[in-house]
Amino acid sequence: MTSFHLLRRKAVNAIMLSVTALCTLFAAGTLVFILGYLFVHGAKSLNWDFFTKLPTPVGETGGGMANAIVGSAKLLLLASLIGVPIGFLGGVYLAEFGGSTFSFIVRYTTDLLNGVPSIVMGIFAYTLIVLPQKHFSTLAGGLALGVMMIPIAIRSSEEFLRGVPLALREGAMALGASKSKSIWTVVVPAAKHGIMTGIMLNLARVAGETAPLLFTSFGNRFWSPGWEQPTSALPVMIFTYAVAPYDDWHQQAWSAGFVLLMLVLSVNIAARLILSKRVAAR
Amino acid sequence: MGSIDTGMQVAPEAKPSAGAVSKLCAKDLNFHYGSFQALRGISMEVYDKRVTAFIGPSGCGKSTFLRTLNRMNETVRHSRVEGEILLDGENIFKLEVSQVRRRVGMVFQRSNPFPKSIFDNVAYGLRINGYPNRAALRDSVEQSLRRAALWEEVKDKLHQSAYGLSGGQQQRLCIARALAVNPEVLLLDEPCSALDPIATAKIEDLIFQLKDSCTIVIVTHNMQQAARVADYTGFFLLGRLIEFDSTTVIFKTPAKKETEDYVTGRFG
Repeated sequence: MTSFHLLRRKAVNAIMLSVTALCTLFAAGTLVFILGYLFVHGAKSLNWDFFTKLPTPVGETGGGMANAIVGSAKLLLLASLIGVPIGFLGGVYLAEFGGSTFSFIVRYTTDLLNGVPSIVMGIFAYTLIVLPQKHFSTLAGGLALGVMMIPIAIRSSEEFLRGVPLALREGAMALGASKSKSIWTVVVPAAKHGIMTGIMLNLARVAGETAPLLFTSFGNRFWSPGWEQPTSALPVMIFTYAVAPYDDWHQQAWSAGFVLLMLVLSVNIAARLILSKRVAAR
Repeated sequence: MGSIDTGMQVAPEAKPSAGAVSKLCAKDLNFHYGSFQALRGISMEVYDKRVTAFIGPSGCGKSTFLRTLNRMNETVRHSRVEGEILLDGENIFKLEVSQVRRRVGMVFQRSNPFPKSIFDNVAYGLRINGYPNRAALRDSVEQSLRRAALWEEVKDKLHQSAYGLSGGQQQRLCIARALAVNPEVLLLDEPCSALDPIATAKIEDLIFQLKDSCTIVIVTHNMQQAARVADYTGFFLLGRLIEFDSTTVIFKTPAKKETEDYVTGRFG
């Protein structure tokens, strides 16, 4: 090989290394930038009132988003009640019982469902609950978010269940366990950390959804007792406050964004910790 | 290597079938994976409270036959079985499958403890078969671990994860788990192939101790192992049982040319 070829190879290597490193830097840098920007703008006006007080009337400064925090929590609870059981049990079926053709169809449709724009999910819940009831409600918002959770809940549960080695299933069946008994006593417990992680990441994802809530839970500047009334939610508040013309609202939108991001981030980190604990236990 | 003497130590207990009672009996057994026929007309008897070894080259059907004895092969899609296997005279294909597997236990090639504690692993079979009494459960777990010669090593860490054990200990844990439900027959599918010589020796000692209370069938790649532990040996080739006799006969004076070639190392 001539020294020219060697030089050329070294040059190509250097260029490719820099290009890939730059792209990685850009991806990671975006997150760092968003985090830093939100921290600078959001953390400075964040105070105890933000978590405990209701929004104040226009023109009056101060107040908080206590109702939006509770509203988001209620919406996520409803969403989990819908998305987690359907997603988990659907995943069990796909991983353990589904025939090849039927499973293929179900997998394909869940992937399609996952690709449905979130605002269309909102319209779905709007048609199903808001229109017949003739009013916005927590229930409708929870349904929209819950349906959004289903595809990823199914696919992540399925993947983690499939990851359980055949040897464990055979071990259980060789002791006289039926197929379903071996699934519930060995396979699901072996996959539970992964399934939980998937559900937490899924929740963190829908926690930031705004579009499906705009015409389901709508928004509310006051407390929303029960499940039948419109409710505020953090992402919707961010949207409303950010497009409003008042400076102190903008400040509060920054704070809400910061709180929401911290929430999502801590759920993410907790999920990773659970998963790494499982790997360490192996 | 013209001599038939393999230079192996043959289990001294190996003797002709005097006083042996049939525990399992295969009658003209065929097994198909899809269009591939893995077993061709197997007929043989497994004697009660004896150790029977199956030897043969890879893909000869010995593991498939073993897995048919407790109907584990039924979990394979598109598989089909013809013929009969009698367990104490009853056709296992007519019995409840979970009952067959409880009576005919199995230990696999690679140890497969559940991701649970040592105690819960051994207790698993008892629990799924409905074993409500806690004290009796504890006694049973201890007894099974003692039978598997593992009790002394794990008695202080029963509630730790089974994954903390060494490979050999995990395999003995799997044997303890299988023994906990008091199987009449124990099937061992190459139980030592992933173990070092010391761990292998422990498992072989265990087989000697267990055969007083249990009928044992072992598949092995290791002919010395078959010669050491087995009273009877069957030689499989291309899905057929070529020869089945006492271990002494198989290794010293086999009747078939193929068996002789295999045990003297001329083939396989």
